[in-house]
Amino acid sequence: MALLQISEPGQSPQPHQRKHAVGIDLGTTNSLVATVRSGMAEVLADEQGRELLPSVAHYTSMGVSCVGHEAAEHNVSDPLNTLASVKRLMGRGLVDVKSFGDQLPYEFAADDGGMPKIKTMAGLVSPIQVSAEILRKLAGRAEIAFDSMLDGAVITVPAYFDEAQRQATKDAATLAGIKVLRLLNEPTAAAIAYGLDQDQDQERIIAIYDLGGGTFDISILRLSKGVFEVLATGGDSALGGDDFDHAIADWLRRQIGMGENLDPIEQRTLLETAKSAKEELTVAEQAELDVFDWQGTITRPIMHSLIDDLIDKTLRACKRSLRDAGLNTASISNVILVGGSTRTPRVGEKVAELFGREPLCNLDPDQVVAMGAALQAEVLVGNKSGDDMLLLDVIPLSLGVETMGGLIEKIIHRNTTIPVAKAQEFTTFKDGQTAMAIHILQGERELASDCRSLARFDLRGIPPMVAGAAKIRVAYQVDADGLLSVSARELTSNVESRIEVKPSYGLGEEEITNMLQDSFSNAREDMQARALREQQVEADRMIEDLLAAIYKDGDALLDSEERRCLKVAIEELRELRETTKEHRPLARQIESVAKASEEFAARRMDASIRSALAGQSLDEIDKG
Amino acid sequence: MNLSSDFFEIFAIPATWQVEPGQLDLRYRSLQQEFHPDRYANKGAVEKRLAVQTASLINQAYETLKSPLKRAQYLLQLKQIDASQDSHITSDGTFLMHQIELREELSDVRNNEDPFAALNSLRTGVEASYIEQQSQFQIQYQSQAYDQAYDTVAKMQFSAKLLDEIEQLEVDLEDQ
Repeated sequence: MALLQISEPGQSPQPHQRKHAVGIDLGTTNSLVATVRSGMAEVLADEQGRELLPSVAHYTSMGVSCVGHEAAEHNVSDPLNTLASVKRLMGRGLVDVKSFGDQLPYEFAADDGGMPKIKTMAGLVSPIQVSAEILRKLAGRAEIAFDSMLDGAVITVPAYFDEAQRQATKDAATLAGIKVLRLLNEPTAAAIAYGLDQDQDQERIIAIYDLGGGTFDISILRLSKGVFEVLATGGDSALGGDDFDHAIADWLRRQIGMGENLDPIEQRTLLETAKSAKEELTVAEQAELDVFDWQGTITRPIMHSLIDDLIDKTLRACKRSLRDAGLNTASISNVILVGGSTRTPRVGEKVAELFGREPLCNLDPDQVVAMGAALQAEVLVGNKSGDDMLLLDVIPLSLGVETMGGLIEKIIHRNTTIPVAKAQEFTTFKDGQTAMAIHILQGERELASDCRSLARFDLRGIPPMVAGAAKIRVAYQVDADGLLSVSARELTSNVESRIEVKPSYGLGEEEITNMLQDSFSNAREDMQARALREQQVEADRMIEDLLAAIYKDGDALLDSEERRCLKVAIEELRELRETTKEHRPLARQIESVAKASEEFAARRMDASIRSALAGQSLDEIDKG
Repeated sequence: MNLSSDFFEIFAIPATWQVEPGQLDLRYRSLQQEFHPDRYANKGAVEKRLAVQTASLINQAYETLKSPLKRAQYLLQLKQIDASQDSHITSDGTFLMHQIELREELSDVRNNEDPFAALNSLRTGVEASYIEQQSQFQIQYQSQAYDQAYDTVAKMQFSAKLLDEIEQLEVDLEDQ
């Protein structure tokens, strides 16, 4: 249906204007941004032609001084203010971070949210802020390439990331002013880039082995005519190629005869030497070492003896995921290697041995995730009909609530397809009780103390009743990004309970708002102009969608008065969109049109469901 | 909202025990093609929220109909019988005695010379009785002997739980 039929010339936005979307691989070591041009995914390079952006930001007393290659140059000279590998800290607590031991040279301070902040010359910096700097840099690269504002991005996360880690990633994007179309699991992105769904009538099962700098993921997917269905996923969000470097650096330290207490500069130097030795050994049989006036040789067999245990750990996770999917290695038609750390030949050898077949690695393992994300972004932003490409992801770790005695009751089991909703009923145990606390955790262990704490919800406003009389229904909703929301209602009185959320390891809404304001006041970007532009885009989208919806279903689903009211609301929105220079009134008007059209949207969804049940499209009903 | 449709209606199949997995898979994919939130990425907040709810319901329906135990419990739920409680226990004493023996066997596996072989033979036995229980349920449900069907679901719960524990032990053994 041509939208032009229902728009008056000059008043409606051009419906077929191409939108600018990117896929961003926010990596532990390096990050990339890709987009789709002429139907092909391509990675965008900076002015110097460099595609990889080191995930590093350097801070001085003035704040961020540089991001990427320039920042990485300060690695050895100024390790405490050069923040790298922060992906390992995203959504983590101070305790987790301390358990990484000496792997990160930073000084940490706890904030009241329980999330660690890094002490720098610029003051305390949250890992989320560092990630936001990296995202902002990549978005800037894309906006130069497009010569236009970005309409949205798909950002990839390890499939094994828990809710807190996903939320932290999304918060970083919010801070960077990027509209997130979807958080996409890295292995799924890789599968899209390989296009293994194409030209296949038969459904088939593939395994994606993704070993990055700091994370390991294994995903088992079923592909069938454009549908990518994740059957099981597993991994270790604190295991990656960086651990190879640490194992080699530790060996190096012992060879040199250095003690265990190294200063940050010694630590960095050993790590850098270990890393280049590892890279040299991807092609050579041995590498010469020269560090701290010590010369020696490392051979492949020595390196294998240092890293085999780490690789074996990943293989155990592969077996477990196969089991979760109810499959064995013989059912797998393809194995894909993703992540820079799969360049270490030993990894490919051992993976081939486990699955009994040579893995695919013809696409650049560093780029494949960003490329897949770009392809998905192109579909989600609305440039491509998507044909029938659809991604069905799962929740990687079980969600549960803490019960009496510090045990955990699972509400949503791992590897359940998302989005998913579950509800639970609680009652009060004291007369007149008006509040209740719910502690939400994620993990597979039985004791709450062994699982990851996600958030504490305080339910308030329960009507006072005798003990056991109140029935509180708590609904948990996990969306397609793997993010959780909770709502609660007292059933006998039908009172909606107020929920106060305290994320265990994240930023509160207020904190994000403050950081956002700070970042805008420091940056050259004009917050007001940007916010206005965002609201205008949203208003245009809303007007276009609603007019199309009224044209299509207005006769069937609205009475004449409802239709008139909706048209008036749309007209007011259009008027304001053309005249106002303030983003807030526009945002309020958008909100009010959204409210006015809520019932219409619900009826349309209902009609689609009915027609899907009847096995015919709404268009056919219209015609009939 | 038509979200009150029962799961069998959503999948356009009759509300009986017998379910064709291939048909279920196909219908599932075509429903998600239409209602998955990604199909609404460009829409407003209200549409997005509705899509999340609808897709969640489709996922729940699929998960329920795919699993023999959940499908059996759901079929009884449609007859206003709640068979989903963990506390729901069969009154069949012989069956309960046998369960205790099986549990003892499971806890002895670690001491066995070849624990994996012991685990496999235990699993084969439990799987066989699980399938037997499913056929019993089918007959009882069809003949509207819901009390008996309710009792059989309790047995199925035992078997499903035991199979989970066997698998968990296997994971633990492999990790050692």
